[in-house]
Amino acid sequence: MDIYLPIAGMSVNALLIVVLGTLVGVLSGLFGVGGGFLTTPLLIFYGIPPSVAVASATTQITGASVSGVLAHMRRGGVDLRMGLVMIAGGLVGSLAGAGIFRLLQATGQIDTVIGVLYVLLLGSIGSLMLRDAAQALGWLKPPERPAGRPRHNRWVASLPGRWRFYASGLYLSPIAPALLGLLAGILTVLLGVGGGFILVPAMIYILGMTARVVIGTSLVMILAVSAATTMIHALTTQSVDIVLAGLLLVGGVIGAQYGAMMTTRLKPDLLRLTLALIILAVALRMAVGLTYRPDEIFSIEYL
Amino acid sequence: MRRRLLSLLLLLLAPLLTAQSAPQLVPDISARRVDIQYSFTGAQLLLFGAILYPGGRVPRRQADVAVVLKGPVQPILVREKQKIAGIWANADSSRFRSAPGFYAVASSRPIADLVDERTAAIYELGLQNLQLSPGGGAQPDKERRFEAGLLELRHRQGLYAENPNGVEISGSVLYRARIVIPSQVPVGTYTAETFLIDRGKVIAAATKDIVVGKSGFERFVAQTAQRQSFLYGLAAIVLPLLLGWAAAEVFRRRGA
Repeated sequence: MDIYLPIAGMSVNALLIVVLGTLVGVLSGLFGVGGGFLTTPLLIFYGIPPSVAVASATTQITGASVSGVLAHMRRGGVDLRMGLVMIAGGLVGSLAGAGIFRLLQATGQIDTVIGVLYVLLLGSIGSLMLRDAAQALGWLKPPERPAGRPRHNRWVASLPGRWRFYASGLYLSPIAPALLGLLAGILTVLLGVGGGFILVPAMIYILGMTARVVIGTSLVMILAVSAATTMIHALTTQSVDIVLAGLLLVGGVIGAQYGAMMTTRLKPDLLRLTLALIILAVALRMAVGLTYRPDEIFSIEYL
Repeated sequence: MRRRLLSLLLLLLAPLLTAQSAPQLVPDISARRVDIQYSFTGAQLLLFGAILYPGGRVPRRQADVAVVLKGPVQPILVREKQKIAGIWANADSSRFRSAPGFYAVASSRPIADLVDERTAAIYELGLQNLQLSPGGGAQPDKERRFEAGLLELRHRQGLYAENPNGVEISGSVLYRARIVIPSQVPVGTYTAETFLIDRGKVIAAATKDIVVGKSGFERFVAQTAQRQSFLYGLAAIVLPLLLGWAAAEVFRRRGA
């Protein structure tokens, strides 16, 4: 069934987009990631203009995280105070990201930068998670850690002005989570990703948050920042395709519910292993795309 | 030789005789307006018409017909990727001030057999003869490289097409050509030009306009995105919030 996308200016197979949304939704519910790191590249592979793909995937991230946020809130898995600090950082980040986006677009390097960032980010996070999951599953011997590894990161602990975050079980400076939010905000605008795949490990490994509230809190932050980013795209690039977004959302929100239901039944270590493999696969596909001779050497930009 | 002389004479006298001797074209198109709607996957246009010879005398030698459908002209920047440090990145770029967003030509015989290069260039017949107006005083070989790249890219996208046997002439007086436009065509006013060509000369020409535009819901969405950006953005935020909440509610009720 073909449907014409008014902003993208082309017709797509509606069913395929819905299925894509559903798959990404399941992943987002399962892992607490927005799923943008999959939606955006897949939409671009499908032939949707990159700017439209990035802007429209953002709405899908919002939709996928709503259901997750609600589910985690009922279970008490959200540290609102931490979330608000990160949102504040995220809003600043998305504004900064919009500026960077414009600059890169003017010089024609936006696609390359997006590609390289994807490979670097996904590659490093993916391998980190893979190693971790392999250790947890006992396939890999954990390296001999110096006895009594400090629970808090030394850099984070050295920041001034500590706040108490009860739900996260932390006493630390709000600057650290705000910076994390800032970074995620930039990534949301630039890459069309919620930044969950960075936020979740960073909140666990760098901030040292209690695992119980990590996913819920990151989803709250992603929800707010992706909504703000959608608005920024609508006002500046005007490339949000609401029909494309709707198709992605129909599958996405339902998939997210199933994903959230599955989390309670599946082994968390296996989950992390799977996510690590998916992330690495996307990174590899992007790396291949950057180094192989592309189908189209020439590209057209309207003036 | 005598025939040639005669035709030369006729040609010289042509301006005087136009009223009586020049054939006329009466073109029409299967649709004056192409509506882009939710199910639009491209369209097929039938460009057809009649050749009216003065006094109804059809010449023994059949004239040829070329049909050109041209979309709105846009200034564009073409970028070229090169391998830099192992990565394919945009390196060089070139501007074209007047590249048509769509161009399709169909003719009863290959263009090269119909007219000489100069005539083809004047009437912009054939992809190689598009007036793209490259700007910026680049070196000619670079200009050619980018022009070839642009033509090839749009050809693959179905936006530029050339069909050397796409015009069918029946009974020497009726012609028709099918031109396919893909779903990603730019909107705007298109011109359909028909040329009657005989012995390397364009002896009659006619033009018709076609409007390609989004209509209904698609038009509304595209316009709102441009004119009411804030409201559009708000809608794009409320939509996922509502859908996400609804799905969560439905599943909670079912689960409880």
